[in-house]
Amino acid sequence: MGALETAFAMVFDPYNLWVMLAASVFGLFVGAVPGLTATMATALLVPVTFFMAPIPAIAAIVTATAMAIFSGDIPGCLLRMPGTPASAAYTDEAYAMTRKGQAELALGAGLVFSAFGGLFGTAVLIASAPALAEFALKFSSFEYFWLVLLGLSCAIVITAEAPLKGIVSLLLGLLIACVGLGNPAGYPRFTFGNTELLGGIGVIPMMIGMFAVSEILRFVVDTGPRALIVDKPIGNIFTGMWGLAKKYPLQIFRGNVLGTVVGALPGAGADIAAWMSYAVSKKFSKEPQKFGTGYVEGIVESGSANNSALAGAWIPALVFGIPGDSITAIVIGVLYMKNMAPGPTLFTQNPQNIYAVYLLFIVANLIMVPLGWACIKVSKQILRVRREVLMPIILLFCIVGTFAINNTVFDVGIMLAAGLIAFVLEQNGFPIAPTILGVVLGGMLEENFVSSMIKSDGQLTAFFGRPIAAVLGALTLAAWFLPPVIKRMRKLAGA
Amino acid sequence: MKVNDAILGAVFAVLGIAVLWHVQSFPAVHGQRVGPALFPGLIAGGLIVASFALIVQGLRERGGEPWFAAPDWWRSPRHVSAFLLTLAAPAFYIVGVGTLGFFVVSVVVLASLFIVLEVRPLPAIVIAVVATAVIWYAFYKLLRVPLPWGFLQAHAF
Repeated sequence: MGALETAFAMVFDPYNLWVMLAASVFGLFVGAVPGLTATMATALLVPVTFFMAPIPAIAAIVTATAMAIFSGDIPGCLLRMPGTPASAAYTDEAYAMTRKGQAELALGAGLVFSAFGGLFGTAVLIASAPALAEFALKFSSFEYFWLVLLGLSCAIVITAEAPLKGIVSLLLGLLIACVGLGNPAGYPRFTFGNTELLGGIGVIPMMIGMFAVSEILRFVVDTGPRALIVDKPIGNIFTGMWGLAKKYPLQIFRGNVLGTVVGALPGAGADIAAWMSYAVSKKFSKEPQKFGTGYVEGIVESGSANNSALAGAWIPALVFGIPGDSITAIVIGVLYMKNMAPGPTLFTQNPQNIYAVYLLFIVANLIMVPLGWACIKVSKQILRVRREVLMPIILLFCIVGTFAINNTVFDVGIMLAAGLIAFVLEQNGFPIAPTILGVVLGGMLEENFVSSMIKSDGQLTAFFGRPIAAVLGALTLAAWFLPPVIKRMRKLAGA
Repeated sequence: MKVNDAILGAVFAVLGIAVLWHVQSFPAVHGQRVGPALFPGLIAGGLIVASFALIVQGLRERGGEPWFAAPDWWRSPRHVSAFLLTLAAPAFYIVGVGTLGFFVVSVVVLASLFIVLEVRPLPAIVIAVVATAVIWYAFYKLLRVPLPWGFLQAHAF
């Protein structure tokens, strides 16, 4: 049996399909409840996927996140509260449409173009990942060192609101990655005699803390008033979709491309893709004055961008082991646990697994349309679920799920500490994504740095000695020094 | 919980200095220039530089603002107790689950959180018991996670 047939057999296995269906329901629900994010859905899934075979485990994550990013549009439309941060960019627009009596159009555009965006991102993943993997086979430690450093730098540059705080977040993550025996010298660092710390600080307990516990903390201190559901019946959401596709082909294409690229850049995911896409849409629109008054054009473009970002983020994650967003940062942890370490050899040695991942994306985005339609039908019931009942149950689930991975309460402590730290940092304007990237990539950065240093006998010029390494090095330095230079020049030009 | 950047910068600077000081005790690798201290040392150095920049930025932008701005929820006893209870729940689980067992700890955690979040007492207890049973069944029976029985060990099923 060829690799492609094996992949088909794995994906269309009844158990796997059942997992995908369950993950869809879970993802749609999590996305539709404000305050629960797609990243949180992934973090909560990890303890459960821990007990599955690799393909169903990946299937659960791919399906749940795709569904959650779409269904985050629903409360935006009906409550003026984004269900996930990825819908925040166009929440006001969607709500304005609902008030004009166009909820069907807003939800339909969200669903149809989300699915299309997801398929577009998948197509780019299928087309580019194997070629990149072939290219990456030639990489030595010098290239990998620069690539990781470039990825980490991108994470700071792209969330440029507070670059200094981003840098601090990143360095904290890199320091956390130093804990334990897992360094080239095999010396127990920062363990202070604690045997639980020898293996390092668990990435999964940390993620659950940072993405789920911190979110629960934000909920319990929220003093805002309760949002009111718009109580109007929702008609056929598919009416007029073909018309929109014919009216805005360029916008859809642009949203998909921008989304995939932003997704593939480390540190920026679906939420940033949606914000950027909405801004681009408004800038190039023939009717920018209509944006914000309940106009569908921006929703078409940014609604497809956030789902294509989801697939785009998998490109660097699978080929280089560098996560494109927080979700793939968790996925990389899962891949390692499943003996599917990401990297170019994944493509040459186990092509059936890669084909299966492609298929999972296609299936997930196709079943999104009927399942999303059903979710919209029951959305009013979902939005009536009381979050004060939901949140404590999620907290207990976090505790038990964290415990389940290594059967140790020590990890529960890590989860708690990570949740509190993430909460305090975010309240003070520190982005969390760089920390996660630092933790996930710290080991890889050090390993390639140290082996490069040993190979070159400490000569820093050797880091630019090979052509690809030199290009990657130059790009990294450009990412560091260009933004401040441009800022200074703009200031001078303005003065 | 808005703290001035200068204070957070000082905290991170102290952390960076402590790490830098601590890595001096790491052994060198024989015959090599790079030992286990180099990488964390570089990161700590970077953290110290960034922290000082943060301190400067915090002092420059402070103006007349307080060092520490209490958020709205600090004045609401209900929100403060919900916040503290959310932190106390995992801590209680860590210290209590071995002796009290999963059932007791889980019901106590859930019911107390429900009540502080203003769910009425009777539904709070009923939902706590049902949710505990569902999570227990999913993890203990289906996924075979050894959730502790504690003092109920003799009656384990």
